Amino acid sequence: MITPLKDATAIVGIGQTAFGKGLEDSELSLACQAISLALDDCGIAPSEVDGLASYTLESNREVDVARNVGLGDITWFSQVGYGGGAGCGVVTQAAMAVATGQAEVVVAWRARKRASKASRPWANVAQRIEDSMQWSRPWGLLRPVDEIAILTRRYMHEFGATRDHLANVALAFRKHANRNPVATMYAKPLTREQYMEGRWISEPLCLFDNCLETDGALACVVVSAERAKDLPQVPAYIHAGSQGIPPEHNTMTNFYNADPLLGPSWAAAKALWRYSDFGPADVKVAQLYDAFSPLVPLSLEGYGFCARGEGAAFTDDGALEWPHGRLPTNTAGGGMSEAYVHGFNLVLEGVRQIRGTSTSQVDGADVSFVTSGEGVPTSALLLRK
Amino acid sequence: MSGFLLPDDSDPLTHPFWEGARRGELLMQRFTASGHYCWPPRPMDPVSRTLEYEWVPLSGRGTVWSIAIPHPPLLPAYTDLAPYNVVVVELEEDPHLRMVGNVVASADAPLNSVDPHSVQIGDPVQVVFAPVEDMVLPRWVKR
Repeated sequence: MITPLKDATAIVGIGQTAFGKGLEDSELSLACQAISLALDDCGIAPSEVDGLASYTLESNREVDVARNVGLGDITWFSQVGYGGGAGCGVVTQAAMAVATGQAEVVVAWRARKRASKASRPWANVAQRIEDSMQWSRPWGLLRPVDEIAILTRRYMHEFGATRDHLANVALAFRKHANRNPVATMYAKPLTREQYMEGRWISEPLCLFDNCLETDGALACVVVSAERAKDLPQVPAYIHAGSQGIPPEHNTMTNFYNADPLLGPSWAAAKALWRYSDFGPADVKVAQLYDAFSPLVPLSLEGYGFCARGEGAAFTDDGALEWPHGRLPTNTAGGGMSEAYVHGFNLVLEGVRQIRGTSTSQVDGADVSFVTSGEGVPTSALLLRK
Repeated sequence: MSGFLLPDDSDPLTHPFWEGARRGELLMQRFTASGHYCWPPRPMDPVSRTLEYEWVPLSGRGTVWSIAIPHPPLLPAYTDLAPYNVVVVELEEDPHLRMVGNVVASADAPLNSVDPHSVQIGDPVQVVFAPVEDMVLPRWVKR
């Protein structure tokens, strides 16, 4: 089998801004700061960058980033759609560009100022809805959390998942954030009692089942494996990457097909493991997209860390917790407790685990797994040392 | 203006559905060549890859498949009624056909007219038609 992507490229530089609410810097400034830091991290000059990749929801244009950071000729650029589903796909496409010779140095990034009320997309909808949300929003299913609440209730009904399982997820990620000084929730422990008393946002989901609202930016630099050997940081080799849209999928409101709980992660998983030398049992540490806590058990099932319907029970006995859990997950705190920057912080934490520099470092983390949003067209990334 | 979000019924693809709702009929797109029902409606039948379809009246009977109960922060019109139920109903004709709606006490009753916690997965429901501004939305009552 020809697998031109496998281990052909590596993430060699990472950079990020502070995370916060209401940061003064503009989104463009944040993006440029993160990219500049990522280039400094690997010692590559801006003039060498010839590729750019980001999300379709990124509001900073390539031309503006390039003019500010002092980039040279950009000869390859790409964007991936579907919000939080994009992150690993952005990096995968960057790797494809380098592996095929379309670019030599690709910067992938995401910058976002989300915390201002005006930036909440669901609050800015026109009163007359033309897209597929016309079949859900008029009845008061307004926000992403409401859409995921529908799937969560059904998941609980079919497989016996409980709020205690969702609390397992929230508490594990909070513990990791409590070890990560740059995490939004670094100084804020969370108890199971506090979780259970958290106010409802959309039953069966409470406040602590939701990700944060964060301003911030992150970037990484992808080059060939050959180039990576000469650079200062431990390379995080991109072993496999994939994207996924299953048949009859409807983004977010995925209610209208035969089995809505078989989400996009199932499609991305097939493509990821097919070309990989590793399987789920080889993964030492995972970063699973967590805009909402139930996406974690759904992703555990989709990517084959357990059988269908067992994702909730998988979280018992501290399974997601560093250092002793069977699969330490979201070791910087994830979207729920570190920062919510459309999942791009998960990519950088996956890299830090390979480098050995996480604040909750997993011993022997030679295979590091990262996912993007479940419930929307998604993507995944398998990094190795 | 009610402040509720409403569909744009000017799309020729979906207009017949909303006209049906105004007449008190729950219509479903069915492709002629395959007899395949599609929801939400679409231009092409993924089974036969043909374009000809008709709008077929359904029984309006279904079963609650799942429930969410939104709480604020919400848009103002919905905040005033929260917490309320939003259900996904699977339709009697084909359980893979599911529609988003609300369980209400009667056609013209508000979103919060039933205790949201009284709505359970598996509850049998019947469609009713609720006027909102110039539109008519299908909602559901327990049967």
